[in-house]
Amino acid sequence: MAKVIDNPRPTAKERLNKTIDSVQGSQAWNSIFRPGSIFRKGYTDSPRNRSYVVMNSVLYHLHPVKVKRHAVKVSYTLCLGGLSFFLFILLTVTGIFLMFFYRPEATAAWNDIKSLQTSVAFGLLVRNMHRWGAHLMVLSVFLHMARVFYHGAYKPPREFNWVIGVVLLTLTLLLSFTGYLLPWDQLAMWAVAVGTNMMGYTPVFGSQVRFVLLGGVEIGSETLLRWYVLHVLMLPFVIVIFMAIHFWRVRKDGGISGPL
Amino acid sequence: MTEIPEHLLKRAQAAREKAAADSGGGADAAGGEAADPRIPAHLLERSRAAKAKSEGDGGAVAVADKVASVVAAAPAAGGVPVGAGPGGHTQRLLTVVKSGSIQDVKATPVDKVHTWPHLLAVEFVAALACTAFLFFFSVFVNAPLLQLANPNQTPNPSKAPWYFLGLQELLTMFHPMVAGVTIPGIALFALILAPYIDKNPSNKPEDRKFATSLMTVHLMFWAVLVMIGSFFRGPGFNFVFPWRDGLFFEL
Repeated sequence: MAKVIDNPRPTAKERLNKTIDSVQGSQAWNSIFRPGSIFRKGYTDSPRNRSYVVMNSVLYHLHPVKVKRHAVKVSYTLCLGGLSFFLFILLTVTGIFLMFFYRPEATAAWNDIKSLQTSVAFGLLVRNMHRWGAHLMVLSVFLHMARVFYHGAYKPPREFNWVIGVVLLTLTLLLSFTGYLLPWDQLAMWAVAVGTNMMGYTPVFGSQVRFVLLGGVEIGSETLLRWYVLHVLMLPFVIVIFMAIHFWRVRKDGGISGPL
Repeated sequence: MTEIPEHLLKRAQAAREKAAADSGGGADAAGGEAADPRIPAHLLERSRAAKAKSEGDGGAVAVADKVASVVAAAPAAGGVPVGAGPGGHTQRLLTVVKSGSIQDVKATPVDKVHTWPHLLAVEFVAALACTAFLFFFSVFVNAPLLQLANPNQTPNPSKAPWYFLGLQELLTMFHPMVAGVTIPGIALFALILAPYIDKNPSNKPEDRKFATSLMTVHLMFWAVLVMIGSFFRGPGFNFVFPWRDGLFFEL
């Protein structure tokens, strides 16, 4: 006679499911993941949840819940604006890492970079990513501008957002240029010398402009400190404000332009 | 007005099918509607009386012609409003007023999709691809780090970062104030003013041939200058051919 088992031992899969259920049912879990989160219990792909995913996420709610169908075509935007923003985030993260190993002094800067490359774990890789990412961001912001122009996306009601975009392009160039000096090698110093000499020809205030930029009459330790603060604090602060206005205006002006 | 969500369309479709299925049996049940407990007894009484009257006047009337029979019966009933739908309902739908006729609806139909997953998935893939590209490029190509800065030793040539090399190239042709301030200043200012100068409301490429060509010339102007400055300038910022004299360019 076969033995009847009333309570068979739960299989590993059943136990796993039970654990997941209890975690997802807990108060802590539900306090962290708001309704519509794909991590919440019983998430289904319903129109309601699709809206909640965007509305209830601090990152995604930069986006509206719905967008024009043509706007999600990669061939229209080439993702250039989004990638510029993404590269800015990437540069912020790698830049914070680099700040741990860098002193903006003429006597220390170059050696800090050298030892960052040789004796810090992943130091060389992160510095490379920061450098190439910066060049890539200049390129992507520039291409984004060209894309917007060729689509006529600067036309009413988006005129002012175009102006903000040009400001963002200028700020991107300035961020890249101020960062250029920081390694304090021959390339950095003389590139900046060429650049600041040019700015010294500003009419009327030429020499004053140059003095303010260099913190003296020649490139030196003061220049390095000045450009360091501009690079890691002031310009990022300003560009974030302009980016916030830029993204906000995209939505206020009726979303992305087009279709053509 | 702008669109009808998919799930509502589905729901409407299901309701329509259900109604179609019900109406088949409704015609048969119309005669024995007394069983429906939701309709007050006096209303049922009135509708039955009206029906009996109309049948008396016009003979046998099919259930499908009931509306017509009610209209015909109205004068005979002496001004008492009567009406009977299937199941003894006494209300009739006179008209449907669509929202567009009484509201100022400005929105034109727009084809929209949910941001999640349609846009976020694309963005995620783009961000991943970008990170992967940057990662592998950085693994294989090192950022330059030359000798320690030395104010007493000017490298030959000294070049600005690549995006300023167009300006440096202009320096070879114009006075520094023109090349370094006036021309880039005008270019930047023109760029800022572009939407206020360009009064053409169309964004169709075929309507914007002038604007498109002007911008292309502008971009090409800078691109060519940057390329010359980057690759075709050697010691003393003299013109060189990179395939003959080598490359004098650091990123």
